[in-house]
Amino acid sequence: MEEFQIPPPSKVNYLNAEYGLKSWLLTKDHKRIALLYLGSISFFFFIGGIYAMLIRLELLTPAGNFLTSTTYNKVFTQHGIIMIFFFLIPSIPATLGNFLVPMMIGAKDLAFPRINLLSWYIYLLGGLVTIYALLAGGVDTGWTFYAPYSTTFSNSYVVATGLGIFISGFSSILTGLNFIVTIHTMRAPGMTWFRLPLFIWAHYATSLIMILGTPVVAITILLLAFERLAHVGIFDPAAGGDPVLFQHLFWFYSHPAVYIMVLPGMGVVSELIANFSRKNIFGYSFVAFSSLAIAVFGFLVWGHHLFVASQSVYAGMIFSFLSFAVAIPSAIKVFNWSATLYKSSISYETPMLYALGFIGLFTIGGMTGLFLAALAVDVHLSDTYFVVAHFHYIMVGGTLLAYLGGLHYWWPKISGRMYPEGWGRFSALVVFIGFNLTFLPQFILGYMGMPRRYHYYPAEFQVLHVLSTAGASILGVGLLIPLLYLLWSMRYGKIAGPNPWHLPGLEWRTQSPPLTENFAHTPVVTWEAYQFAPFEEMEVVGKFGESRAEV
Amino acid sequence: MEQQRAAGTIGMWVFLVTEIMFFGGMFLAYTLYRNAYPAAFASASNHLDITLGAVNTAVLIFSSFTMAMAVYCTQVGKRQMQILSLILTIILGLTFLGIKTVEYSDKYRDGLIPGKLIPGRPFNPDLLTFHLLPGASIRNVEMFYWIYFAMTGMHALHMIIGVGLLTVLLIGSVRRRYSPEYYSPVEITGLYWHFVDIVWIFLFPLLYLLGRHLAHGG
Repeated sequence: MEEFQIPPPSKVNYLNAEYGLKSWLLTKDHKRIALLYLGSISFFFFIGGIYAMLIRLELLTPAGNFLTSTTYNKVFTQHGIIMIFFFLIPSIPATLGNFLVPMMIGAKDLAFPRINLLSWYIYLLGGLVTIYALLAGGVDTGWTFYAPYSTTFSNSYVVATGLGIFISGFSSILTGLNFIVTIHTMRAPGMTWFRLPLFIWAHYATSLIMILGTPVVAITILLLAFERLAHVGIFDPAAGGDPVLFQHLFWFYSHPAVYIMVLPGMGVVSELIANFSRKNIFGYSFVAFSSLAIAVFGFLVWGHHLFVASQSVYAGMIFSFLSFAVAIPSAIKVFNWSATLYKSSISYETPMLYALGFIGLFTIGGMTGLFLAALAVDVHLSDTYFVVAHFHYIMVGGTLLAYLGGLHYWWPKISGRMYPEGWGRFSALVVFIGFNLTFLPQFILGYMGMPRRYHYYPAEFQVLHVLSTAGASILGVGLLIPLLYLLWSMRYGKIAGPNPWHLPGLEWRTQSPPLTENFAHTPVVTWEAYQFAPFEEMEVVGKFGESRAEV
Repeated sequence: MEQQRAAGTIGMWVFLVTEIMFFGGMFLAYTLYRNAYPAAFASASNHLDITLGAVNTAVLIFSSFTMAMAVYCTQVGKRQMQILSLILTIILGLTFLGIKTVEYSDKYRDGLIPGKLIPGRPFNPDLLTFHLLPGASIRNVEMFYWIYFAMTGMHALHMIIGVGLLTVLLIGSVRRRYSPEYYSPVEITGLYWHFVDIVWIFLFPLLYLLGRHLAHGG
């Protein structure tokens, strides 16, 4: 493997190249924009977490005595809206994607740096409008905004919240646009498509979904707002309209949206698995094409949200079949990750713990999705806690774990410092335990018939709810600890150097933190992705439990 | 610079794809409701002023020609023609919007603005002069007009943005900002303008030309 000479690190990097608030708020540097996003989405995650805490507190007891019904409706609605639109959808693409896409392809920045900054401001504007709506009185329709409740009967701030989501959708579209153009036109010499890290393939596929799907939810929200304001009747049966049309339009975006949420996580996991087992990903092209397949198939399955919504049985059968089909590319990834791990040199640093957790929890989430894709089973499980547990396994057990794993993995590159490994492993364990304790009981609850979005329930469900709330508090603690030690490490962490993990990726072949222009000279790529040294020459890892970064 | 020019063009094409998806939702609603209420849609469509619609179509097609001229002239350095073409395109765009304003005010006069869009003036056409085809219900006619206003309104909004962009280009051209060395913004705006034109090409027959054979017969 050719040795790529890393020039002696300069004292100047993207963090200290310019000082002052203006240099951050008017930056064109994709790395600074990534950090701006990191701060903002952490803020929204915190708010969404507060709503989660309120839900779990209410569900400790069978009677609905902590919150009124209307308030509870607002709480779960707002939990969903904040978490989905203001945390999960931007999370990995806007932070890790923005930071790493140019670096991994050997470019100085994205194709449209000012549009990148604009996307952050649009995201903030959307977030502010939504927060205004929450503070003014909130919205109680469920994050799914079904007509006719949202169009006619709800007395809450539907239009204002919708406006906030509409605005933030443009942030998504611009990010996706930027990534697509960048990946097509700005790869370094020698960086062919099949030498790209799988992180890039995943973000490319995600960007395709972003640009094709988000405009549809934009027009859907606009139509909803007009129906509510002008009483026109496109979703109103009395006027000849159809409320199920709203559901079709809404889910045409919102199903692909869940792939926007999970695909970047899969990209991160591919990086973590390959790099922490020191082995090229098994079946690289299969994993790459499976990302594209998920993006394409993801647009064909929206009807599985309408199985019990008076959609025709024949349409239901087709959507059911397609929903089974869309699981195949995801399964291909899981098989390939597992095959990568087999007979490889695994080390159990924090990022790897999160990646392994992802594989297990995503598999559970995915398989329970198959139960829901089966028409007859879905009739029983629809609108129960089974669905809630299913999507939380994927969004939290999947995406959130991948996000944390990626954050820890690239933290030395982003900040120039190492996080404390002991605390990292400890929190990963706490998160894993807390998460499973929260959501595993919910599968059982759903199967037994506990409906979702209800805040009072029969007494026999209480034990499971108490377990779930206990798990939620453990999960909350597990998520708080990294916030503290990552901030701590920015000042007191061990200096990381350009390549603390000793890995071949292009982003590791420049200083940490990077220069503003990423590379001192444009790299010429002559090696494949994940090209590790031949097995015999691989360094021996220290004692079990010792981090590679310490060896 | 060549890479940046190519990147800009690809970026605009990707953006136009998102615009297709955006308008697509409304085209879906149109398709479903036209299929459900063909008579009502035909009645309502007949009542639109086909002359004004056709003139608007010709205006837009011609404006796409002048826009293409503007791009070409910038690329070869014919500055006078570049400026003239941009001015013509702006005038044609404003003409389109002017005719649309006439159409909209006619709808207002006839009480055809749907729902409570105009508070105090609900949908209330004079049923003596408004010819309803057999099988058409006035409620579904109102649905047509809702879709008509939503789609042409969204289209008009994009036209206004386009005219704004063209004005920026005009000012820039006068200040000698765009030349054979740097014509990318003109080219990209041209793409946007052609897209807005194409959306209208779809809107005109779908909204104005329904059931026209029935208008003359019955």
